[in-house]
Amino acid sequence: MRVTILLFARLRDLAGSAELVRDVPAPATVQTVWSTLVGEMPTLREYERTMSVAVNADYSKMSASVREGDEVAFLPPVSGG
Amino acid sequence: MGAPLVAVDAAPLNLQALIDAISGPETGDGAVAAFVGVVRDHNQGRRVSFLEYEAYVPLAVRALHRILDEAREAWPHTRLGVHHRIGRIEISEASVIIVAASPHRTDAFAVCRYAIERVKQIVPIWKHEHFDGGDVWLEGATADPDNEEARQRAHRIACA
Repeated sequence: MRVTILLFARLRDLAGSAELVRDVPAPATVQTVWSTLVGEMPTLREYERTMSVAVNADYSKMSASVREGDEVAFLPPVSGG
Repeated sequence: MGAPLVAVDAAPLNLQALIDAISGPETGDGAVAAFVGVVRDHNQGRRVSFLEYEAYVPLAVRALHRILDEAREAWPHTRLGVHHRIGRIEISEASVIIVAASPHRTDAFAVCRYAIERVKQIVPIWKHEHFDGGDVWLEGATADPDNEEARQRAHRIACA
């Protein structure tokens, strides 16, 4: 199934892209999507323990289910203000 | 038509418009506290040229509304608004404005402080610092709105 991956800030710079579309095996979780991504781009792995994740613009967890067409975002530690 | 209570966009910030949206003749307010975060010309020994802010806008708006809800729950008679600017922002320009109104000053100050602490904890916005000789993404807190310890820390700071 197909999902859209959004990357922000330094994660986006490392990946060289803000938005990617990828096929992942179903049934999938956020972890499945992340594993697909770091399989392709191992340098992103440094964020595994510090990033946050979101599904369809809502904070989520690595164990959450992902469905066809979902938008999965990986977020480095934030620095607003 | 007043300003929205929450905004995340590239427009220059207008403090008076947010104050007008939060407080007025029939609110019973005795205090309006405002915080303005501005871009500093130095950071960690570097001479900063300008900042470029990036956001995951729909989630940032949602996280700001969550902060408004949290503040309303903790300080029931207060109102809060937060506007965060994104894109390129020059030295001394405002990046964030926060306005809290209350019948009394103690709660207005507390809500204002609580809001900026929570912005730094859970709102998906990032600073890309451009300085003399390079650029760097700044990274602070791992955003987790359900981290109760972080929320309580913000509350303690607000009431200190």
